[in-house]
Amino acid sequence: MVKGLQQHHRVLQVISKLFIPLILLFAFYVQFHGDFGPGGGFQAGVIFASAFILHGLIFGEGRTRLVMPPYVLRFLMSFGVLLYAGTGLVSIMMGGNYLDHSVLSEDALHGQHWGIFAVELGVGFTVTAVMITLFYCFSSTRP
Amino acid sequence: MTEQLVIMVLLSFLVVIAFGIILLKDLLVAVILSGIYSLTAAAIFVVMDAVDVAFTEAAVGAGVSTIFLLGALTLTRRQQKQQKHNNYFALLVVTLTGALLIYGTLDLPGYGDGQSIANQHPQLAQHFLQKSEDEIGIPNVVTSVLASYRGYDTLGETVVVFTAAIGVLSLLGLRRRKREEDPELDAKRQCRQQNEEV
Repeated sequence: MVKGLQQHHRVLQVISKLFIPLILLFAFYVQFHGDFGPGGGFQAGVIFASAFILHGLIFGEGRTRLVMPPYVLRFLMSFGVLLYAGTGLVSIMMGGNYLDHSVLSEDALHGQHWGIFAVELGVGFTVTAVMITLFYCFSSTRP
Repeated sequence: MTEQLVIMVLLSFLVVIAFGIILLKDLLVAVILSGIYSLTAAAIFVVMDAVDVAFTEAAVGAGVSTIFLLGALTLTRRQQKQQKHNNYFALLVVTLTGALLIYGTLDLPGYGDGQSIANQHPQLAQHFLQKSEDEIGIPNVVTSVLASYRGYDTLGETVVVFTAAIGVLSLLGLRRRKREEDPELDAKRQCRQQNEEV
């Protein structure tokens, strides 16, 4: 442990260290299991971001910025939108309508699977990055 | 019957919490109450079998947005500003809008009404519910509607979320933290540098 961590947060720090990996794992479950159960990119993104926000609340935002620097977030949030929109462009190039996932593969159902996977991933990236960025914005601004 | 009773009780909770938020002058308590409001709303959605919506409401409304409101609270004061005079015009506007909204709900189909227009329409609910398994091949109809049938809408939503971040970034900005402000972090960095040198 690093010297100088606030002593009165010790219990919270230990507990949140235990929980943050679990929260991240749950976010992945929600992301990739959204086809079968409740959930999807949006919810998964929020849960994924909440793990980082918890880290920021307990260990200080400065440390979270070392783990997840703002330039990575800026890249991720644009990449998510581009991934979503790009999926539509790919289906145009494959000879279908915009965002018609059926043409993405030989088999229409497989195409739908790939399309939904890519699209949800894009939503997940954007929402994660946006939520963490908003947290950074609010926590780094001083009146 | 039980289900309706549970929904009634939860809805009346919502009304009580809403009045609490309005009447309390302490903004911190109001923020916490708004989190509780979202959680109660999520419970209602679960009872109504809309698990996806409930999930979103619990994660966004009760979780993240409460944190954001708390963060916004650190930028302002904790107590609501005292109003010198009663603003009757605002009360009139709010009452009128509320009355119009309630009037609007009279046209809505009843909860779980199989005979409503959206459910009768052959190309909407009927089609999605019956053909989704064959056309999209995934069991969760909500996901297939969101990501495939109505993929264009979801693209718009994603862009809206993106735009929100752009707006906040340009209004508040990401101020770079000075090193002196976090001596612990500085110590950590020095530690790391020393380790690398060794």
